[in-house]
Amino acid sequence: MINFLILPILIPLITGVLLIFAAKHVMLQRWVAGLSAVLTVIVSVSLVQKVKTDGIQTLNLSNWDAPFGITLVSDMVSALLVLTTSVIVLACVIYSFRGIDENREKFYYYSAVNFLMVGVNGAFTTGDIFNLFVFFEVMLMSSYVLIVIGGTKIQLRESIKYLLVNVISSALFVIAVAYLYSVVGTLNMAHISARLSEISEMGQPGIITVIAVLFLIVFGLKGAIFPLFFWLPGSYYAPPAPVLALFGALLTKVGVYSIARTYTLFFYEDGGFIQQLLTILAVTTIIIGVIGAIAYWDIKKIVIYNIIVAVGAILFGISVMTPDSLTGSIFYLIHDMNIKASLFLLVGIVAAITGTSNLRKISGLIKRYPGLGWTFFIAALALSGIPPLSGFVGKLLIIKGGFESEHYWGAGIVLMSSLLVLFSIMKIFINGFWGTPRAYEGADKIPVKSMMTAPVILVAIAVFYGVGSEFVYPYISQAAETLANPSIYIEAVLKEY
Amino acid sequence: MEILMSVVVGILFMSATYLMLSKSLLRIIVGTAILSHGAHLLILTMGGLKKGAAPLLGESGPYTDPLPQALILTAIVIAFGVTAFFLVLAYRAYQELGTDNMDKLRGTEGND
Repeated sequence: MINFLILPILIPLITGVLLIFAAKHVMLQRWVAGLSAVLTVIVSVSLVQKVKTDGIQTLNLSNWDAPFGITLVSDMVSALLVLTTSVIVLACVIYSFRGIDENREKFYYYSAVNFLMVGVNGAFTTGDIFNLFVFFEVMLMSSYVLIVIGGTKIQLRESIKYLLVNVISSALFVIAVAYLYSVVGTLNMAHISARLSEISEMGQPGIITVIAVLFLIVFGLKGAIFPLFFWLPGSYYAPPAPVLALFGALLTKVGVYSIARTYTLFFYEDGGFIQQLLTILAVTTIIIGVIGAIAYWDIKKIVIYNIIVAVGAILFGISVMTPDSLTGSIFYLIHDMNIKASLFLLVGIVAAITGTSNLRKISGLIKRYPGLGWTFFIAALALSGIPPLSGFVGKLLIIKGGFESEHYWGAGIVLMSSLLVLFSIMKIFINGFWGTPRAYEGADKIPVKSMMTAPVILVAIAVFYGVGSEFVYPYISQAAETLANPSIYIEAVLKEY
Repeated sequence: MEILMSVVVGILFMSATYLMLSKSLLRIIVGTAILSHGAHLLILTMGGLKKGAAPLLGESGPYTDPLPQALILTAIVIAFGVTAFFLVLAYRAYQELGTDNMDKLRGTEGND
């Protein structure tokens, strides 16, 4: 089936459109959204298998040949990320059945989630730089809806800032594409890569460095790297837990994926300035994120700052650009999407039970909710990379790559950061779950057991992903191979090159 | 011609930046609209300005690159959509929060 790789984009798109017409029938919406999410997961699993056996899949839309039309490319990196996205969306949809109020569900919540999935899956799959911009906008448009849906004061206030930051970064994206188009005269990413390496043979002109930095600013704003993360803690604080989980798990990772894609495909020949810049920014991101994570006494804020730490660690692996570190980055990227979603859902349950996310007002939860406590404990261990859970292998490979290419400082900071991340997350555990139990108003009405389904699934995946890393490794290393050798990607897209 | 266009784009970016740095929400929205217009003109300029030819490859004679127009069309539609959303959001926020001054829209939840 040649059209196979477009299905993870098409299924949520059709579902999203259909759900608009069923907006007031909550049960119907839940069923349709759940079923389509399950279907997407099944399709993406078979897509991963297909890529594993038959190599990179490409689809030229409307049969326009590769450099001229829009091409969808599904290599191992994007297939795996599409799979992870589908799983996370499924988990968040299941959680939303109980975890979000009916008013929001009636106001096109499930449609917006599905459109968000269209944008994210599309951004992972597309092989055309302008099409990437379009899918970014699809994703951002639905994220604007999701962040403001419900219309509480804090949501309205924070969504204005979120919207403004993203509008500016979109304009910068258009500008960067314009410059790139004037230099290479093409939009197909494989073709751009081929043209850029032709140009680089005659010596790297300054304009390519300018374009690279512009792309770094654009994707860095989305992915929240060091000087550009300022909007994230405020904006992500506002929406309810399942939306927060979707944002924390997916949106920043699209930015990180785009940096990985453009920097391994376009700007890999310039070993000097660009790579150094990325390394420095990645390490600074880790440091700032860790400081934020240990400074706050609010559960949501602590986990939000942990997003920034993870982005830094992944980007460090990408900037080092050895095969080992790239493998580690992809491993860690998938791990992090999964574990962040589960952590945010768990934090959402804690906030629902206690009615606050301030750590000073919470204690002794594990006495009344042992299941919640232990799931949180496993998720926390996985997050900070305790073997044999899922964070460990990725971080090990990133650090190994860092030491091999003599980035001792960076690798050391990644290593140190795990310890501090563990500290920050254990602070939640010690203060929130241990101690004397308190009585919380209205806690009995919260259906904790049924809300636990989604995070338990995600944590189980995290455990499997770590313990069964022998089984997962071939897929990841195939993905890293495409990133390390852009010629594989170029040959798969432009057949004659 | 390209030089003139570049100057126009520069002026648009300049005014957009000025407007976006102000406190009033409405001026900020106008600023983002102008910023996206500048970006669209930049695509057109960067694609190379040509006139008097059809966008048909294969015929003898010169041809024009149709791609920048296609890109701008897409980008304009997106910018319109976002601006419309932004205006509605600003109005709703004004109703709910009672101010359109960005200085008064600061928040410190969870920052203790």
